[in-house]
Amino acid sequence: MSLLQSTQFRPDRSANATRRALLRAWPEFQNPVAWLVALILVIMPLIANGFFLIEIFATTLILGVIALSLMFLAGYGGMVSLMQLTIAGFAGYMVAVFGVSGNANISLGWPWWLATPMALALATLFGTLGGALAVRTEGIYTIMITLAIGAAFYYFTNQNWAIFNGHTGINTVATPHFLGVDWRTDIAFYYVTLGVAAICYFAVQYVSRAPFGLALQGVRDNSRRMAALGFNPNAHRIAAYAFAAFIAALGGVLQVWNYRQISPGSVSVGACIDVLIIAVVGGITRPIGPFIGALIFVLLRTFALDVLIKFGLDGNRFRLLIGLGFLAIVFWSSDGVIGLWERWRRRNTSSTQRSGGGRHG
Amino acid sequence: MDSVAQRLSVVGAGAALELRGVTRLFGALAALTDVTITVRPGERRAVLGSNGAGKTTLFNCITGDFPPSSGTIRFFGEDITQFPPYERIRRGLRRTYQISALFPGLTVQDNVYLACRGVSRGRFSFLRPGQNDALMHATETLVQAVHLSGVKDQRVAELAHGQQRQLEIALALAGAPRFILFDEPAAGLSPTERRELIEILTSLPAHIGYIIIEHDMDVALRVVESVTMMHNGRIFKEGLPREIESDPEVQELYLGGGHE
Repeated sequence: MSLLQSTQFRPDRSANATRRALLRAWPEFQNPVAWLVALILVIMPLIANGFFLIEIFATTLILGVIALSLMFLAGYGGMVSLMQLTIAGFAGYMVAVFGVSGNANISLGWPWWLATPMALALATLFGTLGGALAVRTEGIYTIMITLAIGAAFYYFTNQNWAIFNGHTGINTVATPHFLGVDWRTDIAFYYVTLGVAAICYFAVQYVSRAPFGLALQGVRDNSRRMAALGFNPNAHRIAAYAFAAFIAALGGVLQVWNYRQISPGSVSVGACIDVLIIAVVGGITRPIGPFIGALIFVLLRTFALDVLIKFGLDGNRFRLLIGLGFLAIVFWSSDGVIGLWERWRRRNTSSTQRSGGGRHG
Repeated sequence: MDSVAQRLSVVGAGAALELRGVTRLFGALAALTDVTITVRPGERRAVLGSNGAGKTTLFNCITGDFPPSSGTIRFFGEDITQFPPYERIRRGLRRTYQISALFPGLTVQDNVYLACRGVSRGRFSFLRPGQNDALMHATETLVQAVHLSGVKDQRVAELAHGQQRQLEIALALAGAPRFILFDEPAAGLSPTERRELIEILTSLPAHIGYIIIEHDMDVALRVVESVTMMHNGRIFKEGLPREIESDPEVQELYLGGGHE
């Protein structure tokens, strides 16, 4: 303690303070692992083939973005929303409806640069209205209301033919094509998803320390006290739903570009719950959690089939593996894989400090 | 009626806080019955009474945590009876809680920063405060004022009880308070911490009035100029500290009967 205080009186104190503030704001800047992961992600197209690039990594990033919107609501706002995938799916449907697709009787044929902002705006509105309903409740009732919205949307898309084209959905959705680049080719699309995911990740990280994010965490910890400090807790909750809805909508637009089609199966109740599983398995305390959860989910979904068959089991049982993993996480680490990793690292640093003496002191 | 001053005093413009016939029911139970109180700007008053006398309910009605079942509440002349709590706070009302109501997951600094932000603009700002942000300076000053600079980067969950009580007071001092409700600020404090608390209370700017609920007479009667005695949800007696202290009925009811 005395050591720490004496260092504060060194001449370059203000420069140090700025640097400390920067490091506190962006802790990953001093983490070599974060730099390594970022480098690998950027040069991924040199390492991975098209299958890995799209089916594993782009899919992970897209699911990660959608789960990130849930992490923002649940981690900082204490609101577990099961409708985040529904919002993403709504954005995807709107891209298909306003843009160009194989179903010319439904799609309006707008260019992508008009259809995409329209889809983002409508999906954000949808999420905000859903949020305005959900904030009237707390805890399990929030889950029930958002699940009800998700289920209602799923059945509505199944039965509505005029806009959503019923259970067949909308196929051969056009993808952006500009500056002479087809942005749906594997490498270009990988970079689009990586860029969007990075922006969303840093935006959530940044907002968590801005007044809006701090106030949201205050509402999570003690909403009555927040009102006694001059904040309108419900207005903050609804604004959080709007912000999360925009992130989920970005994920939804990427998803429809990825699969080039959207159908009720994409917004099923099961898929909604998958997003919850991804966020919880990864960890909802930090924005990186949903991406780790998404990677585990996608790897299991893609490869568990082969592994299971190798062991002479039914390949369709990969969900059993995911379910068991989910149970294990909920039992042993309520803050997900991130929590496991942090505890493991803390144990390691404390043991090296005991043996080798204070490298950090 | 006659003079302007009298007419103004009729609508309560001269009072910091004016409660008229405030009643609060919980089901069939009347926690407050027909409470009428007028507090001048800058006045410092203690509310005494045994457990269940309705003291905290009185605070909850004034801040809007629980709105009154009937009656009106005016704050500096404005009828705030129907206002949500945050609108009352933005007008300069503040309160502390009997059981610390803080944000355990956030640091001391973030707790105080939120309190400063809550009574200023930019509550929804997506931009992080910069190095020279005015509210950051206000935060720094407040943290110092309640002697918490040494622990400002610690999470509130890790603080000692006395420090949490001090933080509780800091949150009520943020911005430009005009009137503060202290709900048992000395609860669970050591004698040294009590002296610090008295120092903080007596050094508040003179224009800031407050009502303090406090069982410790040594604290309560040293920091106030008037006393309201409550019993079974009603106002039982009002007067100067020494009158109340020596009142035989009050002694019978409160200072005697089990209390030492």
